[in-house]
Amino acid sequence: MAEQNDFDHVSGKTTTGHEWDGIKELNTPLPRWWVLTFYACIIWAVGYWVVYPSWPLLSSYLPGVMHYSSRADVAVELANLEKSRGEKMVALGAASLADIEKDPALLALARARGKTVFGDNCAPCHGSGAAGAKGYPNLNDDDWLWGGTLDQIMQTIQFGVRSGHAKTHDSAMLAFGKDGTLKPEQIVTVANYVRSLSGLPTRQGYDAGAGAKIFAENCTVCHGDAGKGNQELGAPNLTDKIWLYGSDEATVVETITNGRTGVMPAWVGRLDPSTIKVMAVYVHSLGGGK
Amino acid sequence: MNQPVLPAAVELDADGPLYAARKQVYPQSVSGTFRRIKWGLMAFCLGVYYLLPFVRWDRGLGAPSQAVLVDLPNSRFYFFFIELWPQEVYYFTGLLIVAAIALFLMNSLGGRIWCGYLCPQTVWTDLFYAVERMVEGDRRERMQKAAARGTMKLERFAEITLKHSIWLLIAWWTGGAWVLYFNDAPTLVQELVTFQAPMLAYIWIAILTATTYLLAGFMREQVCVYMCPWPRIQAALTDEWALNVTYKYDRGEKRTSLKKASELRAHGEAAGDCIDCYQCVAVCPTGIDIRDGAQLECIQCGLCIDACDTVMKKVGREPRLIGYDNDINIQRRQAGKPPIYRIVRPRTLVYSAMIAGVGAIMLYALLTRSLLDVNVLHDRNPVAVRLSDGSIRNAYTVRFLNKRAFDRVVAIDIDGPNNATVHVVGADSVTPDRPMIILGRDATTELRVLVTAPSEDNLEKSIPVKFRVTDIGLGEIASATDNFVSP
Repeated sequence: MAEQNDFDHVSGKTTTGHEWDGIKELNTPLPRWWVLTFYACIIWAVGYWVVYPSWPLLSSYLPGVMHYSSRADVAVELANLEKSRGEKMVALGAASLADIEKDPALLALARARGKTVFGDNCAPCHGSGAAGAKGYPNLNDDDWLWGGTLDQIMQTIQFGVRSGHAKTHDSAMLAFGKDGTLKPEQIVTVANYVRSLSGLPTRQGYDAGAGAKIFAENCTVCHGDAGKGNQELGAPNLTDKIWLYGSDEATVVETITNGRTGVMPAWVGRLDPSTIKVMAVYVHSLGGGK
Repeated sequence: MNQPVLPAAVELDADGPLYAARKQVYPQSVSGTFRRIKWGLMAFCLGVYYLLPFVRWDRGLGAPSQAVLVDLPNSRFYFFFIELWPQEVYYFTGLLIVAAIALFLMNSLGGRIWCGYLCPQTVWTDLFYAVERMVEGDRRERMQKAAARGTMKLERFAEITLKHSIWLLIAWWTGGAWVLYFNDAPTLVQELVTFQAPMLAYIWIAILTATTYLLAGFMREQVCVYMCPWPRIQAALTDEWALNVTYKYDRGEKRTSLKKASELRAHGEAAGDCIDCYQCVAVCPTGIDIRDGAQLECIQCGLCIDACDTVMKKVGREPRLIGYDNDINIQRRQAGKPPIYRIVRPRTLVYSAMIAGVGAIMLYALLTRSLLDVNVLHDRNPVAVRLSDGSIRNAYTVRFLNKRAFDRVVAIDIDGPNNATVHVVGADSVTPDRPMIILGRDATTELRVLVTAPSEDNLEKSIPVKFRVTDIGLGEIASATDNFVSP
């Protein structure tokens, strides 16, 4: 690469002296307006330093005379969003639960908002899609301990289950084994009887008559004569295919021996009424609502 | 080897000059074939641009009645009988492909036809030059007035004011027309006049006014020479058969006056047809000499052809000393052979075929475009739910697209597991076995749909399920397939 300037006789221009495989770069000056625009940009940049945050300092930065911050912009945007949402949420708050489900626009809004608040508040126990887990009910199915109508769901969310709130759902599956009410072999027998209610196979040599007798004496108070449960008491239906803790004999024996006292917190006071409302609509709309 | 001879003016400064001062161009008025074509195309292009927003198109009640409208708030694009949704942006991709190849085709046929006749920069600059000529006079007068800048009289001041006022008026109208494409034109015009239009409209008008005024009034050929990438790309796309505005040096050299030429010819010496009158340079909007051959600055508008033809007619020589031609033909004529023009050649055929192909695909897609559509998304968590009677339920988020301008009722059927039932959350089930829902016009509707299959011991882990959506009134059908999963 030659470094001295040269003259290109074809174009009549000087070259920069740079050469690649015999091709030389012509020394074409920039147009004046371009150069002036370039200087104007430099001056603009200086103004930019003064007005906007620019140079980093040791522990902070030059804030600029306007004290601009994009974080403040976000705060304003969020406030505006909350404001615009406010009107819709008021409409939602004014509508009754049943009306929300009948109005497609309100339903869509409640479901969208409900999904978010469900994710924030309910998902730790019930799962992000409300699929539940052992001891935590699946809210997609049609089996409800405390009732699956909109009002019943609302009631449960507001006051919880065994939450300590004055209006909470409260009851207990007694610990028949631990309390000494039933002997271990009786528990195994009644456990097999309970399994037979929903068509599950029973242990060989199991005495169905004895099982029915134990059940009638101890369980029917809450679970009913036919084992269909009682939503007033949160007593599950023992004849269906859905088992909160599991349907195998060992689990059923464990349940009868030690009892079950699952807890759901009360949300009234923690969440505002319209939020609880959209949550109820959301849970009801998952598919199992009555 | 030839030693280059340095012209006296060139100094071998280490850095060269910092910048090049601009040579002001004062194009002279000209008349002729290509000027007429340019006037016609200018009238057409500007007419379309300025007036199109006012063309009405009836789409029924509640839908916009503007033929061409970009409805940003509702994310819709209307073009006469076509209405496009944001997810159909691929039609624009197709349009851009066709436009690009059309540009290539133009280029391989007649060089920079786009630059010389159709480019907005050319069209508006041409219009601004026409205004300048009308107010200040032709080339010679304008040059004299520019030279006498120091001694400005009131009359001259008024002239300059008038010119810039007309320019600004045109520029303002250009910006005004732009915003009309994004709003209902008659309404917006009314709002603009009564100062009730949204601030954004005024801002956009101001921006477009400024760019039009600056680019067409001041930047002019500098845009083509320094800012536009197309001259560089064009040079890589051209071939030896493309017709370009060419000075036909085969008609002899040297260039000299009519009188001198006849003297030279009388003595048996060579003299060209060119009388060196510089009319081609005078009319050139980029201020170049076409006789120097093809060059980047030339936008190939053909005005030099008109200028030269006028002169040739006057001096009684054959016209088209400058014309659309190429080097091959110049050399053929020099060798005494007839020129050949190859309009049809592989390059043009391929470009034409590509345009036809992409155009056909777009047309097909447009004609078979469905106005009812359905998308299905399976719930992920839980994928399946067992109900108390043992049956299995899957939940889906289903999005319905109604692209028609009226509400309609659709029924939802499924083909999936045996005896499966379908239920739409929030939909009143007048017909329990076949849910029907109302789809709002020109909108999407997202609903939760539940499919329940009775328990069977040997139900497969995953069964395809087809959602079929039927318009009860029109019979239009759309469908989407997903899977039904067992726990």
